[in-house]
Amino acid sequence: MNTSHPAPTAMLTGATVHRVVWVPGTDRLRGWCWCGTSHETEGPVELWEWLLAHPDTHPDTHADSSAGTGSGAHLSPADRSPTSAPRSARRRSES
Amino acid sequence: MSPFPRNQWYVAAYAHEVGRELFTRTVCGESVLLWRTEAGEVAAMADRCVHRRFPLSEAPSRLVGDTVVCGYHGFTYGADGVCTAVPGQARVPRTARLTTYPVKEQDSFVWVWIGEREKADEALIPRSPWLDSPGYTTVCGMEPLAARYGLLVDNLLDLSHETYLHGGYIGTPEVAETPITTEVDEAAGVVYVSRHMDDAACPPFYAKSTGIEGRITRWQDIEYHAPCLYLLHSRIAPVGAPGPNPDGTDPHAFHVEVVYAITPETEHSTHDFWAVARDFALEDQEVSDFLRENNRTVVLQDVVALDKLEQVIASEPAGAQELSINIDTGGLAARRILKRLVEAGAEAGAAGRQALTAS
Ligand code: FES
Ligand SMILES: [Fe+2]
Repeated sequence: MNTSHPAPTAMLTGATVHRVVWVPGTDRLRGWCWCGTSHETEGPVELWEWLLAHPDTHPDTHADSSAGTGSGAHLSPADRSPTSAPRSARRRSES
Repeated sequence: MSPFPRNQWYVAAYAHEVGRELFTRTVCGESVLLWRTEAGEVAAMADRCVHRRFPLSEAPSRLVGDTVVCGYHGFTYGADGVCTAVPGQARVPRTARLTTYPVKEQDSFVWVWIGEREKADEALIPRSPWLDSPGYTTVCGMEPLAARYGLLVDNLLDLSHETYLHGGYIGTPEVAETPITTEVDEAAGVVYVSRHMDDAACPPFYAKSTGIEGRITRWQDIEYHAPCLYLLHSRIAPVGAPGPNPDGTDPHAFHVEVVYAITPETEHSTHDFWAVARDFALEDQEVSDFLRENNRTVVLQDVVALDKLEQVIASEPAGAQELSINIDTGGLAARRILKRLVEAGAEAGAAGRQALTAS
């Protein structure tokens, strides 16, 4: 579903990622739920309210089930790696 | 309720700060004593003697082999925090033991776990591999900030402030002018903010270090791993240079990895660790000196501003009105995640205390 999102390419790889894009040429924001549904608003406060309320309408609600664990104990180690690691591969040749 | 997320890993020090001298740093209101055993392992324990609470980091307390000897009356502790000797008597009270902290040395930082020790999982520590990678050269420092950690999180998640607060150093008009894309993984506690400038002025910070003359494409990709680690992937290339290859290599660009560790000291003060790792001019001492000096100047510009802001906020009733706009999309998410982590840590603590009373 992330493939339907506009550039720049989606960076976070988790199963439940919200994405907010500044609509080109406007002052508006468009946000996507991970289910693919999107919504457009004037500003971030209103948009976050909508996005956070939205998962109530689909089954994969992480918001309450896992949010309370705090330390993220359910996460796999890979989630703690920077998205672009390892960067050593893309090192510039010393010149 | 604790104002800090508990049951979390925090950077307590750079690895190079901890050696065969007793070293102390306050993390989330807890005074932590840090030192290295003769084998080179980092030990982390409460910096308060169990006898009369004398700080063990304070002379004439000292390290003797792999023990800490309190400078007041001589209580002696091992690296496991257990007291092995007290003055004048043979029997050491059974309860004479210092709280120790789970500790992990990684990516040039010393991380400590603040919270319930049985929940400490090293796999949860976010990574910043550049800082001790041979492919990068790193300069770093730490500035004390007389402001609550949340103000530094706000500051770093919205780099449009570079244009105003850091004009002439790292700020140019394009930073504030360029729209951002934000991604948030609530469950993982990660916020990503991306700002890609196609054609921007090159600020002195990058012009002098890379040698680029003329305009640049400048990418700022922020990754915040709440609560403590902040990464800024900065990509600089002359306008018109080819972009990254599909395999991830990017030979036509300069990469700077800016890393911050945001460690609460007290409710109103923060340790502002900063590091700048680059993948070019690796051996060039002049570039290192320039980046260290320049980045420190920039960090201090933030420190001055945030110290002032803290005074204002501390003097106002809680919940004074703010107004958020598009640039605050990521910062709002970070605040929300931090609030949840604070609540979760407090709940876990309360549950733990209840279990203790029940048994
Ligand atoms: S206070 Fe440390 S031995 Fe008395
Ligand atoms: Fe700044």
